[in-house]
Amino acid sequence: MQATALESTHVALGARMVPFAGWNMPVQYRAILDEARTVRTRAGLFDLGHMGRVKVHGRQAEAFLQRLQTNDVAAIPPGRIRYAMILNEQGLTQDDILVYRNPKNDGFFVVINAGNTERDLGIMRSVAKAFDVVVEDCTRSLGMIAIQGPLSQQITQRFTKGDLAAVKYYGWIDTTVCGIPMTLSRTGYTGEDGFEVYVPTGHEKKVWDAFFEAGAKDGLTAIGLGARDTLRHEAGMPLYGHEIDETTNPLEAGLDWAVKMNHDFVGKQALEQVLAKGGTGRKLVGLLSTSKRCPRQGYPLVKGGQQIGHVCSGNISPTLDTNIATAYVRTEFAAPGTQLEFLVRDKAEPCTVRETPFYKRAK
Amino acid sequence: MRPNDCKFLKSHEWCKIENGVATIGITDYAVSHLSDLVFLDLPKQGASVTIGESFGEIESVKAVSSLYAPISGEVVAVNKDLPDHLEWLAEAPFGKAWMLKVKVSAQSPDLMDVKAYDAHCKAEG
Repeated sequence: MQATALESTHVALGARMVPFAGWNMPVQYRAILDEARTVRTRAGLFDLGHMGRVKVHGRQAEAFLQRLQTNDVAAIPPGRIRYAMILNEQGLTQDDILVYRNPKNDGFFVVINAGNTERDLGIMRSVAKAFDVVVEDCTRSLGMIAIQGPLSQQITQRFTKGDLAAVKYYGWIDTTVCGIPMTLSRTGYTGEDGFEVYVPTGHEKKVWDAFFEAGAKDGLTAIGLGARDTLRHEAGMPLYGHEIDETTNPLEAGLDWAVKMNHDFVGKQALEQVLAKGGTGRKLVGLLSTSKRCPRQGYPLVKGGQQIGHVCSGNISPTLDTNIATAYVRTEFAAPGTQLEFLVRDKAEPCTVRETPFYKRAK
Repeated sequence: MRPNDCKFLKSHEWCKIENGVATIGITDYAVSHLSDLVFLDLPKQGASVTIGESFGEIESVKAVSSLYAPISGEVVAVNKDLPDHLEWLAEAPFGKAWMLKVKVSAQSPDLMDVKAYDAHCKAEG
């Protein structure tokens, strides 16, 4: 099992460690729902060292990325970031990623899921054969730490001369943090304001400890993967292996905004066929349930005794104070307000379709 | 210290057999690893449970786990207050957080004594 540079730091903080995508990661330091509330109201610190980080440069870097993924890389200005997907030729999702265009416009940076890193690198190297491009795996040469929550800017600004107020959402800068040169982006996976910093290996603990100590008086705490999942789910963000995987396409997942049909990417033809047919007949929706049971991944959804879908993710939402879920349902049952039932041990429990995101922060 | 008059399964259920009736629950190790418990589903009195099969479910904030029967037999009593007092599981997993009393018709051959179970927990980490 792989370990991030902060593994012993998590253990010293009393974290419960679990295997996640081949990494030994903190799932929680305190009660999961309390950690989620801390991020919604104060700020939380996350070790994301397990995520894959890849630099892409060379004469045809842009053309390579246009072929690799679904979004229109040509439309990303320097210092900005876009969400996108890597598909296979069948239009099915291999991963969801973030594509960063370097602030100096001399290449790109791609952040990928831990569990898909090896496969993504294989796809990238295969697609790269047709282009004059260098794909450089930086997962081991860069650490990754996120600070998320309404107090993120106030805390982070103490450690950087970069003007954070000038960094837009999904923007990034080359700067110094704790005196160490690194890149910083206004991104995250919680639905809150916040930053992710890409820390040169060897400096992770210095940065973590600085934020942790300085943020403590503002209520900042370390946050594990358990609360991270709750937060992203409330914010309507998909998780690979749940809402999206190699059996789903981005159109039925409601991610068409990250698919631009103006360039020729792997899987585009398959998506065109799906569009021509008017969809796949199913759609990703949100569900609310006040039942004592929480709808969980894999539970069948039924209407009038017939299965019409299945649950992708379920969580107890501390922010909405009810159970939330995402699910694929047949399109005729996808309208908000539709009453459905989910089956838990063959017992039917009521739930209601609603729009996602479940939670949107006040701006 | 776990009680030495209990027997244990690797899946972290315990049972204590007195006069042909087994009291069944889950161990402190199970409770600490499940963490943040939110729901418990137990069978009704009169139901039968079977060695190695699920007799109920326990749900935490993040996951649902099945509870496995260390013995076979008929449920003669259920701790009906426990689902509304899940905090008892952390306070007294071998005491007031008992789950079922079952009239024993057969015992699992995989039951361990407390010494073997302590070693098993240590190995799981």
